[in-house]
Amino acid sequence: MEIKKPKIKSMQYEDFQDNEYLEKMVAELNAEGTNVLLGKLDDLINWGRSNSLWPLTFATSCCGIEFMALGAARYDMARFGFEVARASPRQADMIMVCGTITDRMAPVLKRLYDQMPEPKYVVAVGGCAVSGGPFKKSYHVVNGVDQIMPVDVYIPGCPPRPESFYYGMMQLQRKVKLEKFFGGVNRKEKEEK
Amino acid sequence: MFDFSIVSSWIHGLLTGFMPEGLAIFLECVVIGVCIMLMYAVLAIILIYMERKVCAFFQCRLGPNRVGKYGLMQVFADVFKMLIKEIITLKNSDRLLYNLAPYMVILASILSFACLPINKGMEIINFNIGVFFLMAASSIGVVGILLAGWSSNNKFTLIGAMRSGAQIISYELSVGLSILTMVVLTGTMSFSEIVEKQADGWNIFKGHIPALIAFIIYLIAGNAETNRGPFDLPEAESELTAGYHTEYSGMHFGFFYLAEYLNLFIVSGVAATVFLGGWMPFHVSGLDGFNAIMDFIPGFVWFFAKAFFVVFLLMWIKWTFPRLRIDQILRLEWKFLVPISMFNLLLMVLIVVFGLHF
Amino acid sequence: MNIKDRILEIVPEAQFAEQGDLTATIPAESFHALAEKLRYDEDAQFDFLLSLTGMDWGETLGVVYHLESTKYGHSIVLKTMTANRENPELPSVTDLWKTADFNEREVFDFFGIRFVNHSDMRRLYLREDWVGYPLRKDYDDSLNPLRMTNEVTEDTTDELSLDDEGNLVNKTNVLFEDKEYVVNIGPQHPATHGVLRFRTSLEGENIKKIEPYCGYIHRGIEKMNESLTYPQTLALTDRLDYLGAHQNRHAVCMCVEKAMGVEVSERVQYIRTIMDELQRIDSHLLFYSCACMDLGALTAFFYGFRDREKILDIFEATTGGRLIQNYNTIGGVQADIAPDFVKNVKEFIVYLRPILKEYHDVFTGNVITQQRFKNVGVLTREDAISFGATGGTGRASGWACDTRKRKPYAMYGKVDFKEIVYTEGDCFARYMVRMDEILESMKIIEQLIDNIPEGDYQVKMKPIIRVPEGNYFASVEGSRGEFGVFIESHGDKFPYRMKYRSTGLPLVSVVDTITRGAKIADLISIGATLDYVVPDIDR
Repeated sequence: MEIKKPKIKSMQYEDFQDNEYLEKMVAELNAEGTNVLLGKLDDLINWGRSNSLWPLTFATSCCGIEFMALGAARYDMARFGFEVARASPRQADMIMVCGTITDRMAPVLKRLYDQMPEPKYVVAVGGCAVSGGPFKKSYHVVNGVDQIMPVDVYIPGCPPRPESFYYGMMQLQRKVKLEKFFGGVNRKEKEEK
Repeated sequence: MFDFSIVSSWIHGLLTGFMPEGLAIFLECVVIGVCIMLMYAVLAIILIYMERKVCAFFQCRLGPNRVGKYGLMQVFADVFKMLIKEIITLKNSDRLLYNLAPYMVILASILSFACLPINKGMEIINFNIGVFFLMAASSIGVVGILLAGWSSNNKFTLIGAMRSGAQIISYELSVGLSILTMVVLTGTMSFSEIVEKQADGWNIFKGHIPALIAFIIYLIAGNAETNRGPFDLPEAESELTAGYHTEYSGMHFGFFYLAEYLNLFIVSGVAATVFLGGWMPFHVSGLDGFNAIMDFIPGFVWFFAKAFFVVFLLMWIKWTFPRLRIDQILRLEWKFLVPISMFNLLLMVLIVVFGLHF
Repeated sequence: MNIKDRILEIVPEAQFAEQGDLTATIPAESFHALAEKLRYDEDAQFDFLLSLTGMDWGETLGVVYHLESTKYGHSIVLKTMTANRENPELPSVTDLWKTADFNEREVFDFFGIRFVNHSDMRRLYLREDWVGYPLRKDYDDSLNPLRMTNEVTEDTTDELSLDDEGNLVNKTNVLFEDKEYVVNIGPQHPATHGVLRFRTSLEGENIKKIEPYCGYIHRGIEKMNESLTYPQTLALTDRLDYLGAHQNRHAVCMCVEKAMGVEVSERVQYIRTIMDELQRIDSHLLFYSCACMDLGALTAFFYGFRDREKILDIFEATTGGRLIQNYNTIGGVQADIAPDFVKNVKEFIVYLRPILKEYHDVFTGNVITQQRFKNVGVLTREDAISFGATGGTGRASGWACDTRKRKPYAMYGKVDFKEIVYTEGDCFARYMVRMDEILESMKIIEQLIDNIPEGDYQVKMKPIIRVPEGNYFASVEGSRGEFGVFIESHGDKFPYRMKYRSTGLPLVSVVDTITRGAKIADLISIGATLDYVVPDIDR
């Protein structure tokens, strides 16, 4: 099966860093082979899903301001279709964890994540969400959001520039484009009882 | 003037040629039903795209422009995504009412949409009390909203639904009174006749002062009816997360989303029909050459142009003004708009009785 | 009036510190009587409790109070302690200063000291099932692994009081009755103000009572500071009130420089002042954007951010950062200003003046805005002083609390600017104070920008910075209020205790008082105009 290269408008496939991860994912997905018709339908649905990822408005600290700057006029994430930031988790597709997650906030965040409908994605934005960041040694900070939920894309920085945000979003778009939708969505987390 | 009854009578003749009348009518109804749904969906997509681009224009930025040329395919991507989202069933919600609510809202919306005359001969629901029927049908939407807020088992949605219910029911008075003013002017409640009677000039010019006042009141009240613009407190994001449809996901939420935009279009369509002449071109009495040129442009182009103009006006208002508080909304209606509308109605009656209109 | 003599009159056993700021150590039994006299006596009138800090001195636990008088301008530091580490108790001063309410809860949360006659002795920042007291020197962190169970929120609270025989008695106070309609607002708010939770008791649309729950972004910065050297602590101060990044670092650097007796060059003073004022404009523009967004006028949000980006460009050329700048250091600044800094700043000021008029046209003059802001959430001057609500909020209630005028620092003593004070105390006054302050900031910058003297941008400091023993306090006028830094040093290279006087905590404690009887929509207007940033509250 030839390697599917997800196309992102106005960026070359070679300009992205983490191509091996995606190629491995595709190899796993194609291990059982795929129907041509379902494959085309998959492509269509995935095109729709990757271009319409609605974030949940969730920001705890400094990275939230950069997220707001991302939606503002200079960086304008509406061009990608992401500006419809829904306040209710039931209508959002992904959660961009912007800011530090503390011990008191962790169960709240998990509950928000559980309330979101499938298919859903998590983007850990900023040093604090990736690994605890400058507050790693604190007694009240969770060292990275991946301790409590599966993360799809990590965007490092303190705070990351809006261009870094876009790079992370485009990586997420590439990941969504490669998922097999019919016959089960390929997600790494196990079913929770 | 392009008359659509040519096409409809040709089709009817064709069908009754080889099948009994009842079956032909049944088939026509099915086709018309499918056409309404299609037009509904297409208009919703156009409106959503228009909103995003217009809002970006006001806010000094570009709107969607990566998905397809000029971002035209953006809404299709949104629709695909919405279709395949998981529909979450809540634990303690009232199952029947929770699932019924989006359908009631869509039902009210489609019923009202079917009343609008789009071209000469192209009316779907057309009988002698069209205006009355439209106002009654659009009121069914309130029931859907209240059901949604109540059955979600959530304190916020309940507050949002109560606010919304109070607001919509209050503003229906103003809507009714302003349309009634124009009914007095034209003397008929049937939509097709209202449009026919504007052949020698649109109502807003014929009725001068009271028609203008009625138009402005109708725009304000219609805006409040659709929960948009300065009156969107029931779904105010920074206050109650997402108001009465917080707990809906997937296609159910899609229905609410679509219905909001279509209600906006219906309000604009009714304004265009009753005040601005519907599908009637712009005629100036006396200039026959000018009128003949105007007649070349088909009716549905006129209708959509006027409706989209009013939609643009309403979007402009939404993206400029801050929100009103609920008690200010209700005070505006009961203490200002209703007395003005009643006085306006009286004024219009006087004008019609003494023949002071154009 | 000589404060030292007056204190010795009332409490003869008082002891005074030798080094650092003038500090009086008072035994716990006579503390409340002294505090009451200092508060109400004619020639003392210490009505502003600036900061209340819990301390762990090894054998004793205690509290440090920074008091100031708004009428006379004099200030004093009081200290009191108890040797009982198992069940420490100290008298509460909530009856004298309302700001003590939340601050004493914070001390209970971090040190375990219970205050007698405090009506609501609960934890403030940490979960109700947290074990131990983190800021004590003998705290064991292994007792508190990450708990993913949902927190159970209690509806009752404890009050400790002395009955007639002098025994301590525990009383239960009720926060919310069973039949009240209690709604949770937050912690996940649409991304403006951060993670703060309000439990609101409603009657229809009217608010009966609000209980704020803080701590969802409590990162334990004060505890972390005790194991970081002084230059390392600077790294975290930017992230407190991130819209006052320059001002926060300025406060810390000022405090350490004052303690060590380091004089910075005039060039550094000019640069620090200009950067502070640019940061203030940045913060007020964001305030405007978010206030408009909260009220529903989304277009103004984009306009505000568009103009804010220009300031961020100026910052980025010099410091390299848009939001977190890492610029002030102990003894100077990190790097000299960029070559076209002066030109860009002057262009920016010329650009912004007409834009402000546009903002007023779009939003301020609108009848809807006026109806939503006027006479909503009125805060009286006495309440503002008692709660310690400084910044734009205090100035809107008629209290002239600008630190730049009260205790001038950097170049503020030598430039000419007005202190904007309104007297109505409603949301509209708070909004207008900040819009007018943008104009004043531009005036300050204009006076300074052309005359930056030549000189060093960093004084040569030793590689390891040790602060001499003693208590030191310094404060600056941050974008949202008086931001203070309190350092207690034992001569080490680590601070023994480093506390930040938060600008936002008094603002949150005011919310309950001014929203009684208002509608939910008013809570949004009030929250938008109080302009607090939650990481500053929680530290």
